[in-house]
Amino acid sequence: MRLTQGTFSFLPDLTDDQISAQIEYCLEQGWAMSIEHTDDPHPRNTYWEMYGNPMFDLHDASGVMMELKAAREKFPRQYIKLNAFDSTRGVESLRLSFIVHRPDHEPGFELVRHEAEGRHIRYTIRAYATERPEGERYG
Amino acid sequence: MTAVTKPDDHPLDLEAALAESRVEELLATLDAELVGLIPVKTRIREIAALLLVEKLRGQAGLSAGSPSLHMSFTGNPGTGKTTVALRMAEILHRLGYVRKGHLVAVTRDDLVGQYIGHTAPKTKEVLKRAMGGVLFIDEAYFLYRPENERDYGQEAIEILLQVMENQRDDLVVILAGYKDRMVRFFQSNPGMSSRIAHHVDFPDYGADELEAIAGLMLDAMQYRLSADAERAFGDYIARRRSQPNFANARSIRNALDRARLRQANRLFARRGAALSRDDLMTIEADDILASRVFDETADDPSAPADA
Repeated sequence: MRLTQGTFSFLPDLTDDQISAQIEYCLEQGWAMSIEHTDDPHPRNTYWEMYGNPMFDLHDASGVMMELKAAREKFPRQYIKLNAFDSTRGVESLRLSFIVHRPDHEPGFELVRHEAEGRHIRYTIRAYATERPEGERYG
Repeated sequence: MTAVTKPDDHPLDLEAALAESRVEELLATLDAELVGLIPVKTRIREIAALLLVEKLRGQAGLSAGSPSLHMSFTGNPGTGKTTVALRMAEILHRLGYVRKGHLVAVTRDDLVGQYIGHTAPKTKEVLKRAMGGVLFIDEAYFLYRPENERDYGQEAIEILLQVMENQRDDLVVILAGYKDRMVRFFQSNPGMSSRIAHHVDFPDYGADELEAIAGLMLDAMQYRLSADAERAFGDYIARRRSQPNFANARSIRNALDRARLRQANRLFARRGAALSRDDLMTIEADDILASRVFDETADDPSAPADA
């Protein structure tokens, strides 16, 4: 099951040229790019691992693409996303965030039914990938 | 093989390409605003010509591998290395060789870290900032410290080399410094030397060139020298050049700044008298002759020479 989180996630995967063009747009707006990765696809997992420091004062997308390439080589079986941070006073948060790399096989989520007090049933989801410990998922 | 069979009669317009890149006016301002530096200007023209021809070759379907444009600028202080590097970034941008055309000027401190594992991220960050433009490394020979084999400078050099080789389209690296020390740096780092295509030497300025530079600086600051002051300044340059720590155009700028200081002081001293616009603009001979360069008695070589 294809993970749909962040911008562009309902579109086909972006090509490197398209990613580069998106980065170029972000840099033009004066936003700082950063790279994050994770192997826990749960939608409530908002805090992904940082890959390197956020990249401030860049002028050209090739610097980000260089880091992205290195990140893909290091974590070929994880999700990798690009974030664009707007430091304008009063905003100071992410403007754009999109997945740029995903594992070859995404097993998706299980619906878990929890029988609660009385005849209540509580529902939750659990990623099949998280059956294994961190770092060994999507193996 | 389609490139070869393309008809030859299709004319390629060098003029149009030149006009389109608007590089000609940039070269003209270079000529107007930079005094002397003939070998440097010649080399810049050659590079501009090469890039234009490569562009046309590309349009004609001939193989047009982007040439390596990493450079080394050698010369004494104040000979205009940084200024030319700035112009270079602009020229390469107009010719479409670099995408953004900004200049990132760094020294050893910006590239080399202070503990293990600090250097690589630091160097990479600088490289990423410079991508799409020109990375100017001033006094590049400090990166290599042969007396300390565990110096982190070597690590920075290796990362630099890797990016200079693999991402030639993304940035141009310019190394700058004194000639003799750069030569030694290249001797001990053959990998660096072989990746730098252009070695440009910046000659020292002659006395008349320094006077012309002073004229340009004064124009920019909206000052002028009186006739006497002009003579005094010619004398100043002749004396100052023979003294130690002479830094070419930089010394001239400092001398002018101090002359402005003395002029302001002189105007202030005669408070009460009416000041004309002319007074505010003119530097008199006294403002220049008060310099220590003219003081024959103060022959102390340890004193700061620029005072």
